[in-house]
Amino acid sequence: MTGLAGVYQQQMKTSFAAMLQYRAALVIWLISQVLDPVIYLIVWSTVTAASGGEVGGYTRGDFAAYFLVLMLVNNITYSWIMHEYEYRVREGTLSAALLRPVHPIHADIADNLSSKMISTPMMLAVAVGLGFVFRPTVHLVPWALAAFVPAVALAFVLRFLIEWTLALAAFWTTRVSALNQTYYVALLFLSGQVAPLALFPGFVQAIGLALPFRWMISFPVELLLGNLTPAQALIGFAAQVAWIAIGLVLVRLAWRAGVRQYSAVGA
Amino acid sequence: MRTLRLMWIFFRVGVMGEAAYRVNFVIQLFQSLLGLLTALGGLAVVFAYTDTLGGWRPDEVVALVGVYILVGGVIGVVIQPSMEALIEGVHDGSLDFTLTMPEEAQLLVSIQDVDIWEVLNILLGFGVLGVALSRLGEQVGVLQAAVFGLMVLAGGAIVYAFWLILATLSFWFVRVENILVIFQSVYEAGRWPVTLYPAWLRFGLTFLVPVAFAVTVPAEALTGRLTWPTGLGAVGLAAALLVVSRLFWKVGLRNYSGASA
Repeated sequence: MTGLAGVYQQQMKTSFAAMLQYRAALVIWLISQVLDPVIYLIVWSTVTAASGGEVGGYTRGDFAAYFLVLMLVNNITYSWIMHEYEYRVREGTLSAALLRPVHPIHADIADNLSSKMISTPMMLAVAVGLGFVFRPTVHLVPWALAAFVPAVALAFVLRFLIEWTLALAAFWTTRVSALNQTYYVALLFLSGQVAPLALFPGFVQAIGLALPFRWMISFPVELLLGNLTPAQALIGFAAQVAWIAIGLVLVRLAWRAGVRQYSAVGA
Repeated sequence: MRTLRLMWIFFRVGVMGEAAYRVNFVIQLFQSLLGLLTALGGLAVVFAYTDTLGGWRPDEVVALVGVYILVGGVIGVVIQPSMEALIEGVHDGSLDFTLTMPEEAQLLVSIQDVDIWEVLNILLGFGVLGVALSRLGEQVGVLQAAVFGLMVLAGGAIVYAFWLILATLSFWFVRVENILVIFQSVYEAGRWPVTLYPAWLRFGLTFLVPVAFAVTVPAEALTGRLTWPTGLGAVGLAAALLVVSRLFWKVGLRNYSGASA
């Protein structure tokens, strides 16, 4: 186990150094992560202002709180692996990773964690700044606040597993952009990035309950904002754990089949 | 005339290059439709709770989405791929070959790469616009259509000049392709009327990244919202930016030493 810890430590050190070299890329990435929730926040603020201060039980301040927390949770759970795997397979850079004595997923987890260590404080600062502009109303519930931490952690693990599995599609086709876009559209709507899921029609909410997207982003957000009852929170945790179990199985299966498929183009 | 003929040649080369990869057509069609569905889905959720958004009725916002897709297609067909190729050319020195050709280099550089499947977005944009306008039941007069065309041209020119200025920065700085990523994520803000946004963001979307001129202003022309100062301002800004970008190109070129030659 100390061996794996050492691997993580070293990998994170390397990715820190690499990331600090590309500071401009960090800022640009930050802009794209911030702009989307801000736009939907503005749209919904406009709607609340036009319809008497409340939409589906959400006031202007509730929307502000919702989208600012969503921005933070999205940042924490985000991974870019689906954009990168196609390149790794096509250019054959994966071959080097395969030669290492540890599973390549560990390097990606370490990469992701170290980038979050840099981006999360930046996002927090942005959220505080935007808080002064959009004035969110927050009423914190102590138990929900405590439950938020494991919920975000599980959401991160779940999203990472699902996206890492889908990224492996690159073993079979080099045209992954259509698959990626489909995934991101489903994520956009069903994880509550367009609007809180409570504002969607019933059948969309039902689909949302059954699929993993909601548990990757909107569940921790609603939990922190105190919108969930303890029973709903327990259902959420159960769904997260169940989907993580499914994700673990899928990762294994897809990885085994994928590596057999891999022919190291260009290596 | 000569310009048009050259553009036609590059377009044909693009067609010949892509004819071997016909599956890409299906994929692009799928992605374009998915993009449209995303935009309309977002509108459906919002308009389930309100009748107008910042004074825009649902079908008017759909018309705006049509312009958004249309202009996005224009950018995607030639502006974006050519500018990316220009940056690449400065990096690896392949710009040398372009410069030795017996044609105006800025023109060649600006049309050097064509992504023909993006034409689908132009068609789709026109389709969405047509549906939205017929649902609005508005008779689009010749004058209104002409003003719309002019505004799309002005918006296109502003976006082109903006991209050219950014791309010529690669003569001085090494990593500018990141800046182009900003444009893509900011362009998404154009799916909604920029009049919705608070002043600081509206300013950014008008002058820092000219999304307002590319999408909202043409849509305003079609829905009878365009005021004279805005229309004239768009044309004036387009002319000014074309001149400025030309200067950037000239000065930048003098800085270019040829990475490979």
